Amino acid sequence: MTMVQEMNDRSTPKRPEDKLTIWETLRRRPEMVTLTILVVICVAVSIINPNFLQPGSLIDMGRASVVTGLFALGVFAILAAGGIDVSFTAIAALTMYSLTKFVITVAPDLPMAAIIAIAVVAGALLGAVNGLLVHGLRVPSLIVTIGTQYLFRGILLAFVGTVWLMELPPQMTAFGKAALYQFQGANGVTVDLPAYFLIFPVVVGLAWFLFDRTLMGRAIFATGGNPEVAARLGYGQRVVHVFVFAFAGALAGLAGIIHVSATRMANPFDLVGTEIEVIAAVVLGGARITGGTGSVLGTVAGVLLITVVSNTLVLVGIPSTWQRLVVGAFILLAAAFFVRRKQKPKQRKAE
Amino acid sequence: MSKLDGNLFVLSVLIVLLLAVGGAASGGNYLSIYNLQSMANQVPEIGLLAIGVMLAMCSGNGGIDLSGIALANLSGVASGLVALSIFPVDEAPVLFTITFAGGCLLIGMLGGALNGFLISRFEITPILCTLGTQMAFTGAAVVFSEGRSVMIGSPPALYDLGNGLIFGVPASFLIFLGAALILGGVLRFTPYGMKLMLTGANPKAALFSGFNRDRILITTYALSGLMAGLAGVIIAARNINVKWDYGTSYLLIAILVAVMAGVRPDGGYGRVVNVVLSAITLQLLSSLLNFVGFSNFVRDFAWGALLLCFLAVNRFELVDQFITRFSLGRAARAPKN
Repeated sequence: MTMVQEMNDRSTPKRPEDKLTIWETLRRRPEMVTLTILVVICVAVSIINPNFLQPGSLIDMGRASVVTGLFALGVFAILAAGGIDVSFTAIAALTMYSLTKFVITVAPDLPMAAIIAIAVVAGALLGAVNGLLVHGLRVPSLIVTIGTQYLFRGILLAFVGTVWLMELPPQMTAFGKAALYQFQGANGVTVDLPAYFLIFPVVVGLAWFLFDRTLMGRAIFATGGNPEVAARLGYGQRVVHVFVFAFAGALAGLAGIIHVSATRMANPFDLVGTEIEVIAAVVLGGARITGGTGSVLGTVAGVLLITVVSNTLVLVGIPSTWQRLVVGAFILLAAAFFVRRKQKPKQRKAE
Repeated sequence: MSKLDGNLFVLSVLIVLLLAVGGAASGGNYLSIYNLQSMANQVPEIGLLAIGVMLAMCSGNGGIDLSGIALANLSGVASGLVALSIFPVDEAPVLFTITFAGGCLLIGMLGGALNGFLISRFEITPILCTLGTQMAFTGAAVVFSEGRSVMIGSPPALYDLGNGLIFGVPASFLIFLGAALILGGVLRFTPYGMKLMLTGANPKAALFSGFNRDRILITTYALSGLMAGLAGVIIAARNINVKWDYGTSYLLIAILVAVMAGVRPDGGYGRVVNVVLSAITLQLLSSLLNFVGFSNFVRDFAWGALLLCFLAVNRFELVDQFITRFSLGRAARAPKN
């Protein structure tokens, strides 16, 4: 793809050199567009309402982006491999609620590290079920994961419980409260930067390593780009499918536990219903929904963009009722823009 | 028809089976006229949305319509607000109902056409496009109604649409059957129906045959939107209020109905009659679970399991294999006798 583009560029010297390079950069690195929009919005909002730059609101946004961000990295892996997942929120809800209940009733002394490890493994196992089904049934992963979303959520609400757990085990409360740094707000209120915030950059680093430096990363992009060719190149399709869904499941389990610790209660009805916003974030980050493209950096930018947009509408005086309409319009614009990007080489060939 | 339609057969058997089990388990209550009417009354909303999903799936190339229920709500909210501002409900109930229903259908069709336009002209993947429009439609409904529910009330004409009986059959169910019949006829007997299925089965061949792909896609999604608009009318007629967040679980159930009906997710095959039967089957099962006293959450679990089972059945062509083996067995035995 890139080779063809480069050759076409050399053969069309009519256009002004500098303009072309800007377009080329944007076309090759869509995350730059997302980052630019993000910066523009941040600057605009802080001019309209300087309250935006107060540590309080910044930390609120940082906090809000952790859970969405972890979900988004998982969804990105699946999109890159050419699939889509809407069941990750159900995995997170099932894992977090069952695990919290288990810790409260059976093992109140379980250390926090073990709780997190169990959440990650349980999430990965549930995700692997998705992967096996998607691979085995050979139907669009959207439909399979709609089924498993119902299945997992049904298991949670019908067989595990529907009661809110307000009294968390002390180690989970402590984990949610632990402060990395304390800010003194303008009005004398202290705001904590929670320690769990650190998990996000760590996972981002791991994901970057996975996608850019390992063979599995290559295999994922190859599968998303063209499954048949990837299979002939010797990338095991089954392994890739199971891996990406298990990866997304593991991150969902982790996000679930962080969500419980941060909100200081386990509500089984939480999380499910936010999946579309997460998918929107990943798509805004430049990952094409048909697979094979995107980057970890872009995904992070997309998450920040969605968080900033949905948190600042009120700050700049747009009623909160407009939030969905704005996000929906953003998705359509991003989709149309990134498609243009894809079409250009074709049109040139036609010329 | 030379070959037996496996899905049609299985769904018919399931319906008979569910009615028998329900009747036996409830001592006849399940089969009472009242219960049958109330079940029939609940089918149309989901059924219409499922037909919309089926149309989008048939167009192939990853076609799917996720914006159905959002569009239904938007049409109810927007058309309701407009009609309320023109006619006082109490003074001109019939005029109000006609305006409201017409507005719903128009908004539904326009919303669907927008989907088709974005998908065909901008080449946006249907999943992504309808996700975006789903959010945009819901958002527009929130903005118009300021997040509140819109009180339509129950003017006589509209109330009859949603709750009235014609020869003992709920009017809304008859509307649903009528819409299904017309659409089934369109798909079967018009050039458009033929072209839609061929495009879904093999887009490249369709392109080289000179089909107008854009027009087919826009028509298909507009029809899907029209079904959503009709669902919006029925939702408003059955409830006193319309609200932007009505029926959030309908989206997934509509897809479940379409998959159970044997619609191919890759495109090119789907029958309206199967979707109707599939919607009825799901309603029978849902009511049965209710009758036996399971919670709604067990139902969610059952939907998920059922969807995956039907995917497996379609994937491994279990029904066809069974039928083939059955007829082979008979054929093999025949000479002996």
